[in-house]
Amino acid sequence: MANVKELHVNGSHRVLNSDPERSLLSVLRDDLDLTGSKYGCGEGRCGACTVLLDGQAVRSCSTLVGSVGNKPIETIEGLAKDGKLHPLQEAFLEADALQCGYCTCGMIMSACSLLKRDPHPSREDIVRAMNGNICRCGVYPRILSAIERVTRARKGDGQ
Amino acid sequence: MKNFTYYRPKTAEQAVALLDDKWGTTELLAGGTDLLDLQKEYIAQPDKVIALRDVGINQLRLDGVDKKPDDFILGAGMTLAEIAAHGGLKEAFPALTTAAGDIGGPQIRNMGTLGGNLCQRNRCWYFRDEHTPCLLKGGDKCFAIDGENRYHAIFTQGHKCVIVNPSTLAPVLIALRATAEVLGPKGKRKLKLADFFHAPSSASEREHVLKPNELVLTVTIPYPKLKNASYEVRHKQSYDWPLVQAAVAFQYADNKATDVRIVLGHVAPTPHVADAAAKALEGKEVTEATASAAGEAAAQGAMPLSQNAYKVKLVSVAVKRALLTAAGRKKYWEV
Repeated sequence: MANVKELHVNGSHRVLNSDPERSLLSVLRDDLDLTGSKYGCGEGRCGACTVLLDGQAVRSCSTLVGSVGNKPIETIEGLAKDGKLHPLQEAFLEADALQCGYCTCGMIMSACSLLKRDPHPSREDIVRAMNGNICRCGVYPRILSAIERVTRARKGDGQ
Repeated sequence: MKNFTYYRPKTAEQAVALLDDKWGTTELLAGGTDLLDLQKEYIAQPDKVIALRDVGINQLRLDGVDKKPDDFILGAGMTLAEIAAHGGLKEAFPALTTAAGDIGGPQIRNMGTLGGNLCQRNRCWYFRDEHTPCLLKGGDKCFAIDGENRYHAIFTQGHKCVIVNPSTLAPVLIALRATAEVLGPKGKRKLKLADFFHAPSSASEREHVLKPNELVLTVTIPYPKLKNASYEVRHKQSYDWPLVQAAVAFQYADNKATDVRIVLGHVAPTPHVADAAAKALEGKEVTEATASAAGEAAAQGAMPLSQNAYKVKLVSVAVKRALLTAAGRKKYWEV
């Protein structure tokens, strides 16, 4: 198959020239300089590399860039708008939902995928949606409360 | 990872034509959650990787469920997340949607497919270790038999390699008497899921009976309105492999279970059909006592290894709970 010449990332078309058999994570980090998505285990266990592909959370370490095609990709770098952090990013800061921070971008992208699908998830829904992401510092309770902050705020707004 | 050439054929026939007729040199790529891992560990070292992405979209209708009056036809490219969330499937086959929804984590379910779940490689740590020359990698010894075997088979009789089949959809689909349609160089063929799996013992065999140049197109599940359920015992509720799984299906009228099928997962190199357990329940009402008796019967014939005798007890528990769930009985184990 021919090289991948273009990707649709965070709302813009990015021009590149990559072998199709490389991982999406490697292309995002090394070619496009989008280093928010992290290389954790490299084998689909930890979730640190989670990005949204066509709105769905996937593991970019286990996605070949040749299989992406023209599907839109969203990474942590695309969440802030006009210099303002995404509510999930704000909530993670307010809830102190990180220690070393290595899992955080993947955590936020998983949460983002959940809230796109279901703006008012129950605590059980949140736990279930987040169970593909591992935090070695063990900040899980704060991560849950950060996501709940966002859902509560939305309810308060009548959204 | 060894370098390979990436192909993205447009049709299933083109995909099959790209496959070699021996294992190892070509691999199909669906969700990639298993294959890419195997490549990174140098367990799989194909020269060609054939991605099915465009095949699913363009030709096979692999992406949707086609509901006919008596059958559900599932495209092999359906993701596990799509299966888990499908309303019609949930109503007809809660065993299938529960099992699909419990596989891996959300990202894995968004990527992994039905066909991939059936054809994935086993998770034995000796097999997955590049430097261990086990039977399935051309060696002359199964290292698990005298080694670390707590997650391995307990129905071991006659098996040189004591892996467990990793698919959690397989026991369910066998219990529901599903059939797979497979495409090869000479055309399509159908085979029952009950005949789909195989206990491998060499590098030239896989966990299933497909030929190296065959591809799963669809899975058809007949719909005679069976009560059905799947129950897994696992270490963690989140993101884990089952230690033992029981899938059950039966007709239930006038408080009598007939046509009972009980299939165990993660206890043998293939899904394990527990005929004695099915027979124990046949014609009876599903109660805690009869479900318990069927559970005891399901464990008959187990020959556990040095570290996994605990699984024998789990078989009885899983079968009992699956039967009670299918019959709509109170789940006494949930508080």
